[in-house]
Amino acid sequence: MSVVWLIIMIVSIVALALSDPAAVLASMITGANGAVSLALTLVALYGIWLGLFEVLDTTGIADRLARLLRPIVRRLLPGESEETEKYASLNISANLLGLGNAATPMAINAVRTMKRDPVRSAVATTNMIMLVVISATSLQIFPSTVVSLRAAYGSADPADFLPACIAATVTGTVIGIVGVKLIGGVLVRLAKRRERKKRGGLTV
Amino acid sequence: MTLYIVPAIFLGVLVLSLLRRKDAYAAFVRGAGAALELMAGVLPFLVAVMVACELFRTSGAAAAFSRIVAPVISPTGIPPELTELLLLRPLSGAGSLSVLENIYSSFGTDTFVGRCASVVYGSSETVFYVSAIYFSGSEIKRLRYAIPLALVASFIGNIVGCNLLRLM
Repeated sequence: MSVVWLIIMIVSIVALALSDPAAVLASMITGANGAVSLALTLVALYGIWLGLFEVLDTTGIADRLARLLRPIVRRLLPGESEETEKYASLNISANLLGLGNAATPMAINAVRTMKRDPVRSAVATTNMIMLVVISATSLQIFPSTVVSLRAAYGSADPADFLPACIAATVTGTVIGIVGVKLIGGVLVRLAKRRERKKRGGLTV
Repeated sequence: MTLYIVPAIFLGVLVLSLLRRKDAYAAFVRGAGAALELMAGVLPFLVAVMVACELFRTSGAAAAFSRIVAPVISPTGIPPELTELLLLRPLSGAGSLSVLENIYSSFGTDTFVGRCASVVYGSSETVFYVSAIYFSGSEIKRLRYAIPLALVASFIGNIVGCNLLRLM
């Protein structure tokens, strides 16, 4: 993240300074303005969804939903607390329904309540990476933004790309999940082997 | 049909809380109160990502990079016209949406390029944005392989989607 950000910033500023130096600050301000107005919109949206979540929680539906999705969530995110499982299952259900803005606050809470790496607490655990990868590969059944935009641009059949789109989404998410499990598993095995070597070295 | 999802969710939850005699109003207020605090944590990341994205686009670096990458894209079956969309989609929802609109107005929505663009936009997410925001509530600094893996997985998904469109 840090490296990508730095590269994009440096390359873009150099390119822009050569062609139009006044535009550097101007476009940074445009970007920051966009961030602030998006943040305001999101405060309103998160207010609605977090409010609904709290009502959902008092009725006991959140727990029931979590219990329903527990077999899946446990397999994806093993060894987490019930609170984390609840947030994660709400995040996954909201993502499936295409309610990305409702999914985000649930995910932030899920990551916040997840177990940390005992040795390096600032490093994301395999479970955290799994949650990010599932959301980032867009587990979505109905991309409403694209369908309505296609309709607005006069498409004869605004939803005709959906089968291919769902295939793409499912492929991406499955590869993401398998990838996290594979890489996570290999890394754990490597760490164990390193530890065994260290211990072996001590006894010899 | 999907238009009814949101009203149905809200009605269902509110009616159920009425039936169970819970104070929905108090709970809603409690939950909504957390939104500002949550967003205060997210805003710095949002500013950083969106400033970089805006610079990337206006400087022409995004377009230049697209021209370099385009020859690599075409053998995958994804039309090279979509390179800029592929590049901006993980960075910013608003930025890539304007690229999508450009594609629709210059190629049309029902052409192969237009339909592929719909698949690419609809089947992927703003990976960098999601990653920055999900971790904003905790002190996690190193995301390890999260972003590269998410990018590769969505890209393979895009390839599958676009090639399916060819067959359809």
